[in-house]
Amino acid sequence: MSTPLVGQIINLLAAVLLLIVFAMLAQRRLLRLIHLFALQGAVLTLNTLVVAVTLHQSHLYFSVILNLVLKVIVLPWILIRLVDRLDLRRDAESVGNLPLIMLVAVVLVILSFNVALPISELAGTMTRGTLGIAMASVLISFLMMITRRKAVAQVIGFLSMENGLFFAATSATYGMPMVVELGIALDVLVATFIFGIFFFQIRETFDSLDIRNLENLKDRE
Amino acid sequence: MFWLALGLFGLAAPVERGRHARLFFSLSAIGGVVLTVVGLAGLGNWPQAMVLGLGLPDLPFHVRVDPLSSFFILLLGVASAAVSVFSAGYFERGGGGDIRLVCLQYHVFLASMVMVLVADDAYLFMVAWESMALASYFLVITDHRVAEIRRAGFIYLVVAHLGAIAILLAFGVLQLGQWTYTFDAMRNAPLSTGWGAVAFLLALIGFGAKAGFLPLHIWLPEAHPAAPSPVSALMSGVMLKTAVYGLLRVSFDLLQVQVWWWGVLALAVGLATAFYGAVFAAVQTDMKRLLAYSSIENIGVILTGVGLALVFHAYAMNLLAAVALAATLYHCLNHALFKTLLFLATGAVMHATRQRSLGKLGGLIGRMPWVAALALIGTLAIAGLPPLNGFVSEWLLFQSFLLSPGLPNSYLNMFIPIGTALLALVVALSGYVMVKFFGVVFLGLPREESLREAHDAGMAERVAMGWLAAWCVVLGLVPVLFLRALDPIFQLMVGATLRDSLDASSWMFVTAVSPEQASYSPIVFLLVIVAVIVLGGLGLRRWFSVQRRRAPAWDCGFGKRNARMQDTAEGYGQPIKQIFQVFLRLDRHHPSPFDPRPRYHSRIEDPIWERLYVPVARLVDRLSALVGVVQHGRIAVYLVYSFLTLLLLLALIL
Amino acid sequence: MSFSHVLLQLIQGLLAVALAPLVLGWVNQCRAWLQNRSAPSLLQPYRVLLKLLRKEIVLAHNASWLLRCAPYVVFACMVLAACIVPLVATDLPFSLAADVIALVGLFALARVFMALAAMDVGTAFGTLGSRREMLIAALAEPALLMVFFTPALIGHSTALPNIVETFTTGPLQLYPSMAFAAVAFIMVLLAENARIPVDNPSTHLELTMVHEAMLLEYSGRHLALMDWAHALKLMVYMAIGIALFLPWGIARPHDWLGVPLALIAMVVKLMAIGAGLALLETLAAKMRIFKVPEFLGMAFMLAVLGMLIHFLVEA
Repeated sequence: MSTPLVGQIINLLAAVLLLIVFAMLAQRRLLRLIHLFALQGAVLTLNTLVVAVTLHQSHLYFSVILNLVLKVIVLPWILIRLVDRLDLRRDAESVGNLPLIMLVAVVLVILSFNVALPISELAGTMTRGTLGIAMASVLISFLMMITRRKAVAQVIGFLSMENGLFFAATSATYGMPMVVELGIALDVLVATFIFGIFFFQIRETFDSLDIRNLENLKDRE
Repeated sequence: MFWLALGLFGLAAPVERGRHARLFFSLSAIGGVVLTVVGLAGLGNWPQAMVLGLGLPDLPFHVRVDPLSSFFILLLGVASAAVSVFSAGYFERGGGGDIRLVCLQYHVFLASMVMVLVADDAYLFMVAWESMALASYFLVITDHRVAEIRRAGFIYLVVAHLGAIAILLAFGVLQLGQWTYTFDAMRNAPLSTGWGAVAFLLALIGFGAKAGFLPLHIWLPEAHPAAPSPVSALMSGVMLKTAVYGLLRVSFDLLQVQVWWWGVLALAVGLATAFYGAVFAAVQTDMKRLLAYSSIENIGVILTGVGLALVFHAYAMNLLAAVALAATLYHCLNHALFKTLLFLATGAVMHATRQRSLGKLGGLIGRMPWVAALALIGTLAIAGLPPLNGFVSEWLLFQSFLLSPGLPNSYLNMFIPIGTALLALVVALSGYVMVKFFGVVFLGLPREESLREAHDAGMAERVAMGWLAAWCVVLGLVPVLFLRALDPIFQLMVGATLRDSLDASSWMFVTAVSPEQASYSPIVFLLVIVAVIVLGGLGLRRWFSVQRRRAPAWDCGFGKRNARMQDTAEGYGQPIKQIFQVFLRLDRHHPSPFDPRPRYHSRIEDPIWERLYVPVARLVDRLSALVGVVQHGRIAVYLVYSFLTLLLLLALIL
Repeated sequence: MSFSHVLLQLIQGLLAVALAPLVLGWVNQCRAWLQNRSAPSLLQPYRVLLKLLRKEIVLAHNASWLLRCAPYVVFACMVLAACIVPLVATDLPFSLAADVIALVGLFALARVFMALAAMDVGTAFGTLGSRREMLIAALAEPALLMVFFTPALIGHSTALPNIVETFTTGPLQLYPSMAFAAVAFIMVLLAENARIPVDNPSTHLELTMVHEAMLLEYSGRHLALMDWAHALKLMVYMAIGIALFLPWGIARPHDWLGVPLALIAMVVKLMAIGAGLALLETLAAKMRIFKVPEFLGMAFMLAVLGMLIHFLVEA
């Protein structure tokens, strides 16, 4: 029962991450969603920092810096600019049947915890449950992408999914190899740019960012 | 000893020819009291079996009384005593139908329920079960001149028979190739898990049809309002419990092994039923329909307990299974008490006012103080409030839910607590429903002029309701004594005793597993509350002597007010309607604000009826049309069919 | 159970009953300060009570015995609740009489009586208040139960003294799940005690009122008892919150020296929570009644998350 203090802090951060993912799932306003995303990045950074300090692993310090720059500053900044340019500041969308979605998310948490249990026992890190939480964040972000209709929210879901993956890596194996991490970071950055361009294209074509319009692209016989 | 009671019912039934309802119903009330005593005495005894010389040749009836059946006999005795006394007053003043027929059917109904409880072979069980169904069917259609009542009776009959078929099949599976239908043989049948599961599922469907589990609840809200009040009281209070008895008998006694997912299934169905019943009860506008839906809710709670006990027992956590079972049985008895009480109260109200719709009642507390006071006890008990009996069973059920994290299955560990929350919602909603029921019927201003002439219930009715209310209070205050009496059942069914935890602290404190875990003492509740009220009241009188004055209601200075400004039953249920819209099938019409003669109407229907039963009925229609093709009406053709069948059978055998 | 236990029990009960209006006065004062108003005296609730007790009782013509009984029952329930919750010490004889679930039942008893009495006279406002109150309670109860689930899992008990024992005697540990439960509990507290954002305790004569609407037909000593019971309920809820989430300082069994210390700790904690409550009430705006399900749904989700997190990382 007595986990060392560091383990407890990591657990706390994991709990906060789970809370943030749930908040993102329920959040209707785009701007708040981006703020939540930035917060998620910040918690992630803090978590990595804690792990890095305790284990004295120098490559983790790099990923701390990378995280801080990319996920707390750059990506939210790009997203906010995007929202400004697209004039979506006040945009709020209806999130279908919220109680149902929430229940599904709870089921996902339970599921992912039970799936992750054997793996995290193998991993032998300080904390057992964090892998389950990481997996749950990935799945819930996925759920968020499914339930949203607006493209920007979907992108945030995608990015938050990446955050979940990163957290999984930190909690299971204390970070990925540097090369992989850099690669992913670059990917995410580029993906965001591409999405940004894509949004403008969508809007020019349909006058809206509602992705239901994409259904119209299908050939009709 | 139980011969006496059975004989009494048996005798009372055929001899009945007299005009005096009073005599016969009083006699049957004595029978009920005797049964109560028999049941109480039987709780401590070990099973006594007996073979009767009745029945078909070579197929004698086996009977057996063990603590479980004793418990349900007790339940039947308590409730039937009250209902009989009530009926003596109710039918004397001319409540529906031919009194002699009613009397006969009533007693056949009672006797067959006793038979169901003591049967020890499938044959007797089914005979008793069917006669119970038929007797209650005839009682439901006492007012058979009304088309709606005939329809309700028909639906009841169909569902009851579907259930009976499933039960028959379940027994067939249980005996598995031995071709002896005694329960003893079934207990020893070497059943594989697969067949066990089939038997359990069939039993769940079969008894579920009688008890009103979720998709099969459809007959309850139709049949209960149709029947005369004492009959609905008996059906809701006791007959539903015979189904619970059957389920318990099959799943804990006849089936020797349990698999955890049966319990989970029962738990899920139970929670769904409870929730469904609670939401629908909250939006009803007819007194008896409201109570019928509330019965569905309570049956759901009971099934939840059964499911939990099954899960615990499947994992060999017998002590916890005993706690869950204790909650289940306690709730069975509680529901028999307060639901019977409330149905009798509606009977008294209908008698006095000739109104059944909640929208036309109100303010009866001034006219019918006795009925109101006794109904208040029933209301508080059913709403699950301490220190009355409803709370004890709910407390025990919550405790067993809270113990579920000890289960060695991490999925269940996490899902079952969420079920607890659903249960909490159901309990809170039942409080809502009961405040609505009592408030709309008894409080406020009378909504119709005629209500001012309402008269209080007669002596017989008061005695009947008082008897039930007294049981509610006693069972609420000294649960420990009663739980100790139930202990043999737990030993028999799940092989665990609650003695240790019950004896751990004094008789004033109920504990689920250990006093460190949790304890609850209704006596202290009552004593402190009464003490504070008395001391506070006296103190206030002593130091602040003020006078009291009657004046028109303040009502924010609104001035003009009349009875139509109060919330009706519909208004009271409106928030629930709004929030749980998804589950209801609403047909609502809002008038426009400029309409000079605005009319508002809103009707709520059971979506399950539309989505499940109507398609099934259509399917059956279509199939029977197909069968109709081969019918020509010519005898020669039918003979050809028989001939072909015979040939086919011969070919099969050869 | 010795004489000293009974004495302790008596002292705590009387203390709670006596202090409850003061707590309410403190919350009101903080709120007034935060809203740049000059605050009424701390003792104002006492003055109101005294005034009401001296006034004559005016009853509606058709008021029945239920209306007259209800204030006594409600008040008695709250006194009992105040005796059960460990406010200064854990070894109270009455605390065995009820665990948290029975406490919820006790509150429900008081609430049902209040809601029934509100329907007694048959005014539009009374029934409206009654149905809203029952609705809010019905939605708050699942959330409250889930809040209790987590500490019950950690303490292996639903009895408050045992939960307090677990937290005060065990090694200091971070419980993220308890943080979630605490937030959810605060939300339930706001809903159950008719505070902003669910109900506004200072409105009277407004169509949005819930609790006040139920008390419209009361006057004189009945109203005094109802108001007092309301103040007690708020204090008991705070005490439950303290016992679950900030139990440090509550006197252990047979620790008589700890009692004065516990008293000081209690006063400090109540003051802090009261100030926090006033802050929350200043920041938040009252919501529509049909937003309440969402609010309480959020509390429920938080509590469920707390429980899951307990399974995930703490078990």
